[in-house]
Amino acid sequence: MNRKVIREDLDSRIFDAVNKVLLVCFMVIILVPLWNVIISSLSSGRALAEGGFIFWSKEFSLENYRAVFNDSTIGQSFVVSVAKTFLGVITHVFFCAMIGYGLSKRYIRGRKLYVAMGVITMFFSGGMIPTYLLIKSLGLLNSFWVYIIPALFSYYDVVILMNFFRNVPDSLEESAKIDGAGDWHIFLKIFIPLSMPAMATIALFNGVGQWNDFMTTKLYITDQALYPLQMKLYEIIVQSQTQSMQNIGGSVVIETTTKGVQLATIVITTLPIVAMYPILQRYFISGMMLGAVKE
Amino acid sequence: MNKTSASTTSASIPPAVPPSAKKPVGQRIKEFVTDYKRQWEIQSMVLPGIIFMIIFCYIPIYGLTIAFKNYTVIDTLSTAPWVGLDNFRIILSDEYFWDAVINTLGISFLKLGIGFIIPIILAIMIYELNMGRFKKFVQTISYLPHFLSWIVLGGMLITWFSTSGLFNELLLNLGLISKPSNILLDAGKYWWIATLSDIWKEAGWGTILYLAIMAKIDPTYYEAARIDGAGRLRQIWNITLPNMKAIISLNLILTVSGLLGSNLDQTLVLMNSQNREKAEVINSYVYRMGMTQGDFSYATAVGLGVSIVSVILLLMANKVTSKLNDNQSVL
Repeated sequence: MNRKVIREDLDSRIFDAVNKVLLVCFMVIILVPLWNVIISSLSSGRALAEGGFIFWSKEFSLENYRAVFNDSTIGQSFVVSVAKTFLGVITHVFFCAMIGYGLSKRYIRGRKLYVAMGVITMFFSGGMIPTYLLIKSLGLLNSFWVYIIPALFSYYDVVILMNFFRNVPDSLEESAKIDGAGDWHIFLKIFIPLSMPAMATIALFNGVGQWNDFMTTKLYITDQALYPLQMKLYEIIVQSQTQSMQNIGGSVVIETTTKGVQLATIVITTLPIVAMYPILQRYFISGMMLGAVKE
Repeated sequence: MNKTSASTTSASIPPAVPPSAKKPVGQRIKEFVTDYKRQWEIQSMVLPGIIFMIIFCYIPIYGLTIAFKNYTVIDTLSTAPWVGLDNFRIILSDEYFWDAVINTLGISFLKLGIGFIIPIILAIMIYELNMGRFKKFVQTISYLPHFLSWIVLGGMLITWFSTSGLFNELLLNLGLISKPSNILLDAGKYWWIATLSDIWKEAGWGTILYLAIMAKIDPTYYEAARIDGAGRLRQIWNITLPNMKAIISLNLILTVSGLLGSNLDQTLVLMNSQNREKAEVINSYVYRMGMTQGDFSYATAVGLGVSIVSVILLLMANKVTSKLNDNQSVL
């Protein structure tokens, strides 16, 4: 009996050790490439051209970042990205909360129809071309508002907020109604402050989506002044790709300059996400659970 | 005829039928309008959403009709002439389209074969960790790549795979290659790059739902198994996995229904003139035909055809997995 327990214990310990080693390998596979990008972005053009390093650059320099900050179009793209993320998140969360609040009232007439309309939007869409033609006929091409208006609504988020509002005790609403408060007053003054955790979760997810969104620009924007960082980065990548293909054996200097700028832009584009990551992490698991409640 | 007989029966047995069913349409509309006016304040919160859905969701769905028309830049949706199924007939003989289908399926099946299992294994490995802090650390790191955009990751991949980059350096040091080369310019390796980079990005994130399900498993099962002498692997096989059956089936259905879809962001950033023949997928083909070449009707027809096939796939996958799950549909 005793020997059996010891053997089991040993098996279990071997399992734990192997498990830990494999997970450490997994961490290395994720972290080393990311570290390499940061180190490369801090390398001089010469070191980048020579290559030959993984963990530590041969020659450190801030020239890539200097080049990025001297390029005023990148600064402008940063402003566009920040503006569309902030405005997009605030309007999206408010719009979805407003509709979710309305639909959380079971007595509202036409509720069945509204819900059916919403559910259909989760499964069917017109696709790329019909949506493009709509945006075009609305005059939203090359307009900043194309980042905001089509992104106002998501039925998924409406459902999450609706479920959250349902969990607020009815007595709060009833007592406010007795005091003569209207629906808008109750929504703005009682329900919004109470549902901050749910709204923060949706805001964070939506914010990451807005910050990382690239297709909206690619499809609807040709005006460079309205390019967000993601699109700017895409342009730099395409440019350096073509250069590196044309320049096989040609001038290496131009290539590495674009490459350096590309690396620095990558780091700058990702920095806000990384900075928000600790807050994000607190909310995204609860966010996944909010979504799961629906199903 | 039918209607009158139905209304007479409902009049004779009132409780069996909901009260609204027996009222004539005119009266129901009148009631709706009075109720709507009375509820105006709360209705005014929902109304913007209804208007939004009609404009931004239902008008584009109606716009799908251009797949059956010959729409050119000078036309409007209503003046474009109907051409019936002509656009769909062209699809059948369009070899570029079928190349795109092959690439899409090739990448999707690789993602399904490898990318589907890895998050499950990873979730079990994380679940089996007993040290709180290390567990938290592993989770924090593994979720991180999910938050990078494909443009950022594409830029990183181009850097890693460049002749002076990390990937070549690693292979040179390990002695696996003697001369650096850029594998992004090698069309034959594109499917693997697309698959593995997607797994690198999403594997950790994919564990969240599994971990949430595993957290609900009753720990006494494991204790009982331990007393019966079951090892750790045996416990995973006989307790953890059976408890995850439903969620794994659900994920499988969703993955199968998405076989014809692919990541447009990923394709656009990683595709170049050298690897295009293996990188062009259905989505990027629709984008190219519609947005670059302006053939709106044809591009819409391709998109519509593919979504119809996807719905059929979804229904078939649901049927198969519900058979495997003792006839309980997970959808």
